[in-house]
Amino acid sequence: MTFSPATRVLLRAFTGLVLLFVYAPLALVVLNSFNTSRTFEWPPPGFTTRWWSAAVESDGARNAIVVSLEVAVMATVIALVLGTMAALALQRFRFFGRDTVSLLIILPIALPGVVTGIALANAFLTMFGIQLGMLTLVVSHATFCIVTVFNNAIARLRRLGGNLEEASMDLGAGTFRTFWSITLPMMRSALLAGALLSFALSFDEIIVTTFTAGQGIQTLPIWIYQNLFRPNQAPVVNVVAAALIVLSVIPIWVSQKLAGTDESVAAAR
Amino acid sequence: MAQQHPPPGGGAALRSGVLHRHPRLRLGLLLGPPMLWLGVLYLGSLAALFITSLWSVDAFGGNIERIWNLDNYRDLFTLDVYRTITVRTLLIAASVTVIDAVLAFPVALYMAKVASPRLQRILVIAVLTPLWASYLVKAYAWRGMFASGGPLDSVGISPGYGLAATVLTLSYLWLPYMILPMYAGLERLPGSLIEASADLGAGTATTMRRVVLPVLFPAAVAGSIFTFSLTLGDYIAVKIVGGANQMLGNVVYDSFLTGNNLPFAAAVATIPVAAMLVYLAAVRRTGALDSL
Repeated sequence: MTFSPATRVLLRAFTGLVLLFVYAPLALVVLNSFNTSRTFEWPPPGFTTRWWSAAVESDGARNAIVVSLEVAVMATVIALVLGTMAALALQRFRFFGRDTVSLLIILPIALPGVVTGIALANAFLTMFGIQLGMLTLVVSHATFCIVTVFNNAIARLRRLGGNLEEASMDLGAGTFRTFWSITLPMMRSALLAGALLSFALSFDEIIVTTFTAGQGIQTLPIWIYQNLFRPNQAPVVNVVAAALIVLSVIPIWVSQKLAGTDESVAAAR
Repeated sequence: MAQQHPPPGGGAALRSGVLHRHPRLRLGLLLGPPMLWLGVLYLGSLAALFITSLWSVDAFGGNIERIWNLDNYRDLFTLDVYRTITVRTLLIAASVTVIDAVLAFPVALYMAKVASPRLQRILVIAVLTPLWASYLVKAYAWRGMFASGGPLDSVGISPGYGLAATVLTLSYLWLPYMILPMYAGLERLPGSLIEASADLGAGTATTMRRVVLPVLFPAAVAGSIFTFSLTLGDYIAVKIVGGANQMLGNVVYDSFLTGNNLPFAAAVATIPVAAMLVYLAAVRRTGALDSL
């Protein structure tokens, strides 16, 4: 490589600083979850695990986690079906308007969340006359989750080509048989990676959620947000935040198991 | 690989045969449901949003009156407060995009062209991991960093809650979206090209400009779509670290929920859409959209 030793050292130092910038705030949250001070005095006067036990007993947080899990699972299932269908259509066929369709699929994440949120809320309320609730929330989440499954699926299909499917057809298997026995098994790990990302995206989402969930439904992000500015809840909120940071290692680990580094890069976009 | 077979049956075989002979029908069945969802429900909602922005609410109950008028847009363009918020939001989005590009480039370059394959893998994971951590938690983490008496304040470098804190927090939130496309772009650039450039007598600056930049630019544009769009629509980060400052998202949210004025909220929401459409149209020729 042609970079001078000085350039390399500079690049290395800069990368180190950026990583410090990335991880320092997260480390602070985890550290503060053990801070004895209710107001997160700095430096911490002492350490305690009592906020963690308080958080485990918090009904609000527990109920919110259940709601978030339900929404994320349902949205992911819908996204899996629709995203796979769209990927098959776009990768295996050439048709007029193909570029427009692929633009349409990325639109829900390319447009700001407030726009998606208020557009869907407005449609539910004024066009369909549906009260905001679980249904509208899941539909909204699925809308922006489709793209994550689609991206993973289409990248895999592009790499695989259609040879095995053609062979299967030539050997007499029909469309469905070929899909079940050939296409789906080959796509499985890509679909899992997409589903994982879709799940994480939904579980974490707050902007679209505030518009489309209505009053009665409290997902975990909504619960955190509502308790964020309440001083007496601060330590418990901080523990939940710390737990989420620690837990985010799991999907990373799974996605690394599922696919090589290159695919996880593709999956993140 | 697990083999899964459909239940045997003449019906399925027959249908499958029909599908086999008619690729157009197959395409229609595959494309129909996603298009119904995205093309009809989602695009329809966006269209309905625009229509709603041309209506107004009555003075008492906040009920929508379906009378066509441009009052919402007139208010938006003539009232100083909204003009200030629009300009502020666009400036924040532009600053965040520039800061992220400046921070991301050296990191991406180091990852793609200097680090050993092993370190490269570790760095990709290190950059990806925060993406899985909750958005809200990350914004909240900066609230702790900026707090008076917090870590930054104790060494005297905290800007406190306000616009600077908002820009920094948003840059932090969207940084991986800039690093990853840049890294992917630079990864694809063969090292031999850089060496050839040096062998042919180009200095570091010339190599950067004529070999690295052409690859980097579409990648940066792809990343900027996210940094720009996500910032335009944000209203949570600014509430958490921005003090009393407002962005367009806050106006949309407040008009919708607190103000009970859906038509005005809809009119405000068309600003980020228009900004993004202009932006997408402008970057379309760079080929950045293909690498999304």
